[in-house]
Amino acid sequence: MTQLALVIDLNVCVGCHACVTSCKEWNTSGWAGTMVDQRPYDADPTGTFFNRVQMFEVGEYPKTETVHFPKSCLHCEEPPCVPVCPTGASYKREDNGVVLVDYDKCIGCKYCSWACPYGMRELDEQQKVMKKCTLCIDRITDQDLPERERKPACVLACPTTARLFGDVHDPDSEVSIAIRENGGYQLMPEWGTQPANHYLPRRKTRIQIFDDELERADNPLKKEAPLPAAEGETLDDVAY
Amino acid sequence: MHPAFSVIFLTTLIGAGQGLFMALVTGQVYSLANLLEPQDNVTFYAAGSALALVLLGFGLVAAVFHLGKPSYFLTRAWRGVTQWRTSWLSRELIALPAFMLLVFLYAVSHYANLTNPLFVIKGQIPVDVTLLLGVIGSLASLVLFVCTAMIYASVRFLQEWHSPLTVANFILFGLASGFTLAAAFSAWSDVALVGFYGVWAVIFTVLAAITRGFSMYRNGRIKHKSTLQTAIGVRHTKIRQRSMGFMGGSFNTREFFHGAGAGSVAAVKLFFVVMVFLVPVALLAASNALGSAYLPILAFAVQYVGLMAERWYFFAEAKHPQNLYYQSVA
Repeated sequence: MTQLALVIDLNVCVGCHACVTSCKEWNTSGWAGTMVDQRPYDADPTGTFFNRVQMFEVGEYPKTETVHFPKSCLHCEEPPCVPVCPTGASYKREDNGVVLVDYDKCIGCKYCSWACPYGMRELDEQQKVMKKCTLCIDRITDQDLPERERKPACVLACPTTARLFGDVHDPDSEVSIAIRENGGYQLMPEWGTQPANHYLPRRKTRIQIFDDELERADNPLKKEAPLPAAEGETLDDVAY
Repeated sequence: MHPAFSVIFLTTLIGAGQGLFMALVTGQVYSLANLLEPQDNVTFYAAGSALALVLLGFGLVAAVFHLGKPSYFLTRAWRGVTQWRTSWLSRELIALPAFMLLVFLYAVSHYANLTNPLFVIKGQIPVDVTLLLGVIGSLASLVLFVCTAMIYASVRFLQEWHSPLTVANFILFGLASGFTLAAAFSAWSDVALVGFYGVWAVIFTVLAAITRGFSMYRNGRIKHKSTLQTAIGVRHTKIRQRSMGFMGGSFNTREFFHGAGAGSVAAVKLFFVVMVFLVPVALLAASNALGSAYLPILAFAVQYVGLMAERWYFFAEAKHPQNLYYQSVA
């Protein structure tokens, strides 16, 4: 079975919000209706978004690290938001595992938002129905688009390729390999929701190098101490 | 969680309506066993269950305002009965109208004096239409209590609610307010059942105080499963959110935060403890001693206001794990 998902590399994300704006642009212009913006130029702006980039500070100054954290629906394999829906508006697609809301069935009771521990669902204040990331279902299933464009808008927009998209059930897909080889993890695993989206941790690349590998023991130009050669053979003279 | 007034009114109104209906049926069963004087079909049972129906109706109106748009009640709400296999909310949407229908039929059967026994159990207990409807209606009332409470108790992410105590509280609060209302209704219609209903009201109020006390104790020392560490998957003891990604509010900042200070929440807690438990019990005891027709009515009014505060606090005390992602406005 196919389970489409995003893999977000926190090691690469620079927090530019390009995914946020491209998501909003694509999804507010689509067939499903606008994602409302209320008071966009006033003191208290608000609106519907499927995707946000948050920023966390890890550690204490001066030993701090900044984590840019893109946040959108994780398309759980055990989505707790789906069974609680009284009308059947909330559902998980059988063919590709994307969790969606049927905006024509939703009554806006907000119960599904209570049942999502991640806070990934938002009530649209204009249409008064629950909305969430669709994984750009209208793009990824559109056979008229060239294959390289059949990806969510956020993935195409990311300038640093921090967002990967693919089938996490296919062990040879780009996303599965990334999860497997780069320590991909799920958010809040304690709830057993089995999020399909994974995150790749921030990673440090370090080479192990010792002082004597940086400095030649019998450097002839060294002035500070007598040359060890005068005392016999040195390690540098040994031929392996 | 943000306390929505639609839900506060819905749960308190239907709770009192269900409790009142069950009180009326209790009275009928007691009179059947010759433990109480039988009451007039029209002025007591029919009028009383009509009052319960009015409360349930107002509860339904409040529920309509919980929908995204009230018009969805006409155009879409019928779909709400389709997912009863998985959703407690859907089950409630079936149980509430079904119960209202039974209350309506109970009122009509009393009004029409349908008291000819249909059959007699063991030559002792004559069963008529009103009794049959009353017993079935009481079972439906219990089912509705469970459905309403399970809407909250089944959400495992809200650990403050995810407990059998939530179900016990909803049932006992409904019975307490319903029996207090029955005492008030008896006092108002000059029926000698004030003492009977008053005693049961005090018993249910005390039981509710015990279960609510347990749940407040439990919630005061609850250990939340999710932390900022599991929320973003970084293993460090010191993590702070610097930006939630936007300056203005969003659904996430409105729906899951009550916005009141710790002092206000503590004040509401004290207020509801006094108004739901202490004052009504004192008033019911005083009415028993003085024989006043107004004290039980006052007791119900006070307890109802207290129950609205209790429901507000019930929402305010629940901490949703999504709040971990919305700590810093920036």
